[in-house]
Amino acid sequence: MWAFINKLRSPRWFYAISARLQPYFWVAATALILVGTVWGLAFAPADYQQGNSFRIIYVHVPAAFLAQSIFVSMAVAAVVFMVWKIKIADMAAAVMAPLGAAMTFIALFSGAVWGVPTWGTWWMWDARLTSMLILLFLYFGVIALRGAFASRDSGSRAASVLAMVGVINIPIIKYSVEWWHTLHQPATFTVTGRVAMPLEMWAPLLLMVLGFYSFFIALTLMRTRNEILRRESRKRWVRDLAGGEH
Amino acid sequence: MAFVSLQDFFAMGGHAPYVWSAWAMTALLLLGSVVHARVERRQLIRDLQRRERRERRVGSEPARNLADDT
Amino acid sequence: MQHAERLAVTEPRGGLGVALAATLRRDLMLLMRRRSEVMNPLVFFALVITLFPLGISPDAELLAIVAPGLLWVAALLATLLSLDSLFRADFEDGCLEQMLLAPQPLALMVMAKVAVHWLLTGLPLALMAPLLGITLSLPAGSYGILSLSLALGTASLSLIGAIGAALTVGLARGGVLLSLLVLPLYVPVLIFGTGAVQAALLGDALAAHLAILGALLAGALMLAPWAIAASLRISING
Repeated sequence: MWAFINKLRSPRWFYAISARLQPYFWVAATALILVGTVWGLAFAPADYQQGNSFRIIYVHVPAAFLAQSIFVSMAVAAVVFMVWKIKIADMAAAVMAPLGAAMTFIALFSGAVWGVPTWGTWWMWDARLTSMLILLFLYFGVIALRGAFASRDSGSRAASVLAMVGVINIPIIKYSVEWWHTLHQPATFTVTGRVAMPLEMWAPLLLMVLGFYSFFIALTLMRTRNEILRRESRKRWVRDLAGGEH
Repeated sequence: MAFVSLQDFFAMGGHAPYVWSAWAMTALLLLGSVVHARVERRQLIRDLQRRERRERRVGSEPARNLADDT
Repeated sequence: MQHAERLAVTEPRGGLGVALAATLRRDLMLLMRRRSEVMNPLVFFALVITLFPLGISPDAELLAIVAPGLLWVAALLATLLSLDSLFRADFEDGCLEQMLLAPQPLALMVMAKVAVHWLLTGLPLALMAPLLGITLSLPAGSYGILSLSLALGTASLSLIGAIGAALTVGLARGGVLLSLLVLPLYVPVLIFGTGAVQAALLGDALAAHLAILGALLAGALMLAPWAIAASLRISING
């Protein structure tokens, strides 16, 4: 167990193992997203109420899932970094933040676009969209704070503290926004209601969600490797490696 | 198949601008982040190689040993 | 050896209370000497409230509807404005470093500083809000709740905001960043604070809102001091 944790500490080991893992996740992500897209766009039946506009669900929901999961993963990485001083965890947290912000943006954009045919307006202060918007600001805060420090180590630790504070607040924000929404707009039509979906509708959604998660893992592995090259550029093994790469 | 023709598919039952713009934005950001990661990697490796070459040219062996200790 | 042990057991206990009281007294005195710093958030609060009728409409009925939200948002922004100076002076003259080196736990010591911040910012804002409520023709019957919800809420705001202030105190231009970090975290307090006032206006049950505001404060009291202390360590050692 200890040996394993010590291995995890070593960027060199991570660099080697991630090179082997990465292709599987890329293949899984590409296959799942492609099949999910074709199935969801062309083969899934249209919704009886929303028609074909409901197909936006196949990008909206996976992006929204990922937006929240990435923040939680980032906070977990922050805890690992702060408690065990494992640098890899911080590198992963650093590269997760922009992807999380991108996913939040996709969820917001697709939600707003979906709003036009369903609500007749680009933006509504819907509970889900509002908490997504706040999540986007939280991501911006973490990214900006990391960049604001002159020393990388201070920036890392400050961003870690903020990620932990943020992750404690996310459920509170989510529930308070939901409560606020029910207070002001009782019983509006929610976009992703808990109606029983037929298999042909939710199977592609499941594929898309899994595909997005694979994409997140693959991209995080890839960019963490870049981050290792950046931060460990003075190490002998990285320089030897660069000599071999073309 | 939920559509009778390709044209029907692109029209998305009148919801084409919404469905396709949501999909386009998603594709743009996903592919963009992959391209960005690849470019970043290539750039980092090029920088490393450039520095290696420069240091070999200068032949500053002591400096390199110092760097290894850190 | 025995002597040293006894020292280690007895001294911090007495020392903590003394240190807390000393920090409280010192911060209060310092702020009372720089009265403009205490006055600025209050003036800002009044000014922002003055801008709203000018920007929206002087119509009393319209203002009455939006008054709870306006008062809460303006008070929230006034608190935000005062946060930047929470640790700034102590950071610049090295007092924070002394606090870090002191044997007393930093998490408790910062509580004294936050308490002073609330006493001289949040509490005055809460007391002043009814006055501004009159100008916005806030309906009668909600003034007490407005003050109470603000007093409870601004305590949470001070605690949460202090985390942001501690994270940005070492940065040359932390002001805008501070608001970016802190405002999203203020959302629940704002929602339940205005909720309480609106419930009072509608004659609904108030206890739930105030209870949740209290719960938020209790949570912040438990968790924020550790985050503030950790952030200060990062800012000072970094």
